[in-house]
Amino acid sequence: MGMTVAEKILARASGCATVVPGDVVEPRVDLAMSHENAALVINQFREVFEGTGFEARVWDPSRIAIILDHRVPAESAKTATNQKRIREFVGDQGIAKFHDIRADQGGICHQILAESGYVRPGMVVTGTDSHTTTHGALGSFAFGIGATEMASVWTLGAALNIEVPATIKVIARGELPDFVSAKDLIMHIVGKLSAEGANFRVLEFHGDTIRSMSTSGRLVLCNMAVEAGATAGIVPADAETLRYLHEVAHVTEPIDLVQPDDDAVYVETLEIDCAQLTYQIACPHTVDNVKAIDEVEGTPINQIVIGSCTNGRADDLAVAASILSGHRIADGVRMLVFPASWRIYKEAMKRGVISDLVEAGAVVMNPGCGCCLGVHQGALGDGEVALSTTNRNFLGRMGNAKAQVYLCSPAVAAASALTGRITRPTQGAKRDEHFEFPSTDNQACVEAW
Amino acid sequence: MTNTSNSPRPTTRLAWKLGDDVSTDIIYPGRYMATVLPTETPQYAFADLPELNKGLASGSIPRGSAILAGKNFGCGSSREQAASTLRGYDLAVIARGFARIFLQNAINLGLRTIVCPDIEANEGDELEIQDDRVVNITSGKSFAIIPLPASRQAIIDAGGLIPYTRQLLIQQRSAL
Ligand code: SF4
Repeated sequence: MGMTVAEKILARASGCATVVPGDVVEPRVDLAMSHENAALVINQFREVFEGTGFEARVWDPSRIAIILDHRVPAESAKTATNQKRIREFVGDQGIAKFHDIRADQGGICHQILAESGYVRPGMVVTGTDSHTTTHGALGSFAFGIGATEMASVWTLGAALNIEVPATIKVIARGELPDFVSAKDLIMHIVGKLSAEGANFRVLEFHGDTIRSMSTSGRLVLCNMAVEAGATAGIVPADAETLRYLHEVAHVTEPIDLVQPDDDAVYVETLEIDCAQLTYQIACPHTVDNVKAIDEVEGTPINQIVIGSCTNGRADDLAVAASILSGHRIADGVRMLVFPASWRIYKEAMKRGVISDLVEAGAVVMNPGCGCCLGVHQGALGDGEVALSTTNRNFLGRMGNAKAQVYLCSPAVAAASALTGRITRPTQGAKRDEHFEFPSTDNQACVEAW
Repeated sequence: MTNTSNSPRPTTRLAWKLGDDVSTDIIYPGRYMATVLPTETPQYAFADLPELNKGLASGSIPRGSAILAGKNFGCGSSREQAASTLRGYDLAVIARGFARIFLQNAINLGLRTIVCPDIEANEGDELEIQDDRVVNITSGKSFAIIPLPASRQAIIDAGGLIPYTRQLLIQQRSAL
């Protein structure tokens, strides 16, 4: 029987010829990622070794990545102390893939993993973050785990007792209309599947829309696969994956483009006609409460947010700048922008994107998770409404359970910033002109970050 | 096999009913994530539902009580504090369904999670959680439990993922 990409990767990593959904395997882990919650992982990891007489050493320091991103720079003494403990642990254990709060290496964990070339097709990637699904965009099997499970991975180098999930095939066909983006597509899919529609399942993305989509868009799809409950989202690796890995991530290792078998078995197939798709908005307080924009157009907004591991890449900032350039955001509106990494920030700065945003009235914050999870920067006031390109709108997510969060694409966020209401993007130039930076020496790179 | 503790338990009282899709942002808000130790997390359980938070912290909801939720309990962030904060009160979480990462974290930490799709109960009802069903003693009805994945049993039997990993570590090292 043929296998899906997830099944192939899990079979190989577990030393099995084949696996089928429901099999219990113990795949070796190629990359184990944590952020500030490494502080808890360290605690649990030490506890594993307690009383064994063995020195607490991680199984392979070259396969562990730790990125400080959730509260950077530290908002409190407690966070700063956690971060200090992480730095000490990283030093003691010789963990190489460490990204501190610095403009020459920092950013949001999921962007750092992708742009640093840490992820390649066929890998098993675990992360103590639910959006670890992001890395399926590069053809890996990537899933989120808790801190204690990560302590177990750090100890043994394998994920224990993993049940092979069944796969849902998503086929997206047709050209996305102007300004309609990967974000609209995945919100539409989450709305169709519901927040638990893919629980314990994998979403494998196919179709000409996906084939012609840049890695930046594929990262958006896989990032939000978890919002339908999916264990992982996967785009089977192709020429675009190779381009990204070589040109942007500077990968030099051999790359194996793991493909699903022709006779792979899927539990469900979901087909989407992208040419018909319009702007989607996820309404409070669940990500699957998705509506076409005409149902909520005109809703007044207090705070616009562009950024996060979902939509803080160069093309996201560029499309926003193209809409805002030469205009000012509406009175009474605040606009916060947090690029997904310092590499993106600096590129956007060089190309004038940051100045376009700032001149329009946006506050550009340092790369990191910013206000996405409501721990510091950009909290909402009682009764306020945010429109955000992030990936979650749960009650209290942006730091206030008396506020509301709507989710949208960068183009809709920028267009809405100009009016102070949920607005469809018609101003600014067409997407095609602005997904390409003018006069770039390394155009492909920028486009796909 | 049906919950994270095999020992027979006395009956428990349903202390609180929640809806569908209760996210980890509600169970343990992001702003308290710098607090990581399982001994310290319980104080922030359901911090944005002040009445529930106070009930737990003050003991007016006794340790070992049950809470009931709809589908997809624990969706969203993978933060393990969401499991440890409830574990701290020794709660039994009965839900129509759980999100994958939360369920895994709960099992790893020994939080009792019971998947009971058809459960009907009101706050204050007395419940008896058996191996294969929840008996609502107050209403006299009983409801089938969906067993947790068999792959989890070894972890439950070992008393959680830390002791389980420790066993494997010792086996691995002594095989060298
Ligand atoms: S940007 Fe938001 S969703 Fe992404 S890793 Fe940070 S907190 Fe999580």
